[in-house]
Amino acid sequence: MTQMTFARAINAGLRKSLENDPKVILLGEDIGALGGVFRITDGLQKDFGKHRVVDTPLAESAIVGTAVGLAYRGYRPVVEIQFDGFIYPAFDQIVSQVAKLHYRTRGAVKMPITIRVPFGGGIGSPEHHSESPEAYFTHTSGLRVVTVSNPQDAHTVIQQAISCDDPVLYFEPKRRYHDKGEVDESVDPNSAVPMDRASVLTEGADLTLVAYGPLVKTARDAALAAADEGISIEVIDLRSLAPVDYDTVVASVRKTGRLVVTHEAGQSGGIGAEVAASITERCFYYLEAAPVRVTGFDIPYPYSKLEMHHLPGLDRILDGVDRALGRPNSLSGLEG
Amino acid sequence: MSTGGTGQDGANTPGAGAPSAEARADIHGQGKGLVQLITPSGERVSHPEFDPWVQDVTDEQLCSLFEDMTVVRRIDVEATALQRQGELALWPPLLGQEAAQVGSGRSLRADDFVFSSYRENGVAYCRGVDLTDIIRVWRGNASSGWDPYSINMATPQIIIGAQTLHATGYAMGIQNDGADSAAVTYFGDGATSEGDVNEAMVFAASFQVPVVFFCTNNHWAISEPVRLQSHIQLADRAAGFGIPSLRVDGNDVLAVMAATRVALDRARRGGGPTFIEAVSYRMGPHTTADDPTRYRDANELEDWAAKDPISRVEALLDRKGLLTAALKQQVKDRADAVAREMRTGCTTMPEPQPLDVFKHVYSTPNSWLDRQQDHYTRYLASFGDPAEAVSEEGAR
Repeated sequence: MTQMTFARAINAGLRKSLENDPKVILLGEDIGALGGVFRITDGLQKDFGKHRVVDTPLAESAIVGTAVGLAYRGYRPVVEIQFDGFIYPAFDQIVSQVAKLHYRTRGAVKMPITIRVPFGGGIGSPEHHSESPEAYFTHTSGLRVVTVSNPQDAHTVIQQAISCDDPVLYFEPKRRYHDKGEVDESVDPNSAVPMDRASVLTEGADLTLVAYGPLVKTARDAALAAADEGISIEVIDLRSLAPVDYDTVVASVRKTGRLVVTHEAGQSGGIGAEVAASITERCFYYLEAAPVRVTGFDIPYPYSKLEMHHLPGLDRILDGVDRALGRPNSLSGLEG
Repeated sequence: MSTGGTGQDGANTPGAGAPSAEARADIHGQGKGLVQLITPSGERVSHPEFDPWVQDVTDEQLCSLFEDMTVVRRIDVEATALQRQGELALWPPLLGQEAAQVGSGRSLRADDFVFSSYRENGVAYCRGVDLTDIIRVWRGNASSGWDPYSINMATPQIIIGAQTLHATGYAMGIQNDGADSAAVTYFGDGATSEGDVNEAMVFAASFQVPVVFFCTNNHWAISEPVRLQSHIQLADRAAGFGIPSLRVDGNDVLAVMAATRVALDRARRGGGPTFIEAVSYRMGPHTTADDPTRYRDANELEDWAAKDPISRVEALLDRKGLLTAALKQQVKDRADAVAREMRTGCTTMPEPQPLDVFKHVYSTPNSWLDRQQDHYTRYLASFGDPAEAVSEEGAR
């Protein structure tokens, strides 16, 4: 076990994948000499060469589109989108090509492409640098969408994503890049918990709190705070957003009877809506209250002085917990 | 055609950002306008720079190119007829572009890889496609016709220009592998306006990868003329990316062949990308759903009919005394056989099964989809006869 930052853990995972498979190739803007704007690829070009770690011109559609061609040729490209808000120029290549080529060719062509996306807010960045675009991709069949919330997962799941024969969007919570944690680098990704499984982080009896990516830490903090008031919360790290491991969430809600989902992305059409609907379908008679969403607002990501109002924090999550439990809360007295 | 200021056959002068002197020297015909080796009346004209690239083409091979183009036209006509008869939902005719497709397609090696648009069925024919596979998509029986690795040609791309990036990426792979094959991407004049085509040229030039950009300027992007897409000749655009270009008569099978060979040779020798503008004309509609009489002048069609790619080769063969009754019969028989095979393949194509919709979305199991498939299987089973469910749903 080694203490390392989240960022270092991804770097170490990428390094292992590069070492283990000569067909793994990294592409992105500034990922070479600079090591990426977040230094996630630090030192990799030096050790693996310019043909394995490729600094590309600034064109997101081309970064993903050339990865498609490389996949046709038998490579396993790992592309870096520099910031969440820069993924939109690549949207067509991701949803019309990467996602559909396996289906279109009836399985003849595999698209083992990993698209790394630093996402989410809380770091005081300007516009286009703090977005949570994950729902656009969970809506597209053929893509897998995963998030990571701790250095160990970051290290293991990046390797699982790269070795997966399906395309994977790997969302990295950029405000957690500098958080440290224990990482066992000897974990074999093939025998570790698969990336499409949710994990129950803390067991609880009164309420299920579902989070992913940057908000997992906040959710755990909220559960600790609630425990002080005698409320027992089961925290689930969703990990995979497409597919969602509903079996794990269903088992939890059948036990607790209450559900709160939290994410930074806007509420409408988000993962929270999907989880709430699916859990309502599958657990209707077990639910003691309507599922509650605690999310970002349906607004463009605000300028940094206001971003903490948009991002769900510990207190907003606890307020949502109170709503689900029928305790006095900020909306008490309101109907509908 | 009018492409604005420079005019169709004006000097192909490289502008600012043009390729280096070495690169220019490497590209025959730069600055000499439209390359043509066979005139519309079937006269073989000499071209000192391009003749050497086709000097090995024997009379027998010339006859073979004539046969290929005739067969490709027959495939196109037959598929159009199948669409009119309700057997195909849609068809994108290539009528008039046979020389561009056969001339380039017959220049490729088996280990080259093609990324095309939906109109390059003549190229697919040259790659050896199964004839039924050509129409599988248009009948609505599958999302693609063939296994790309069986003929080293990606399945046709419908999103305009997206495939140029795939070719460039594939060429990056070729370069990494140290191989001497090439990636070739086909697209139309309209595609040159798309961001992806421009990004592909940036990447191809930056990494100097072995990719050939084969732009068939057929003058029309559905109803929009090429002059709306570009104020300069399309071939001249490449110079801005540092990519050498060639501008050839796309209705001249030998000129197209020479240009493609030049570009492929350059790619194989590590010389990087080349852009070819094959100037041709779409004689038919964009697709069978289109009505070109609403947007283009009949006189234009007449002008281009006089430049027909097949009749000029036929005239050349006649001048050379090669257009014998035996050859004509042989070509006709071949075209008839191909058309028959394609029609039979179309009408006897097995219907896809309901649960096929779930196949190949992922290559590894996906719990969401498995659940949806399970539920739909149960739903179908509730009818006793699944066909009953489908017909009832289809009736609504």
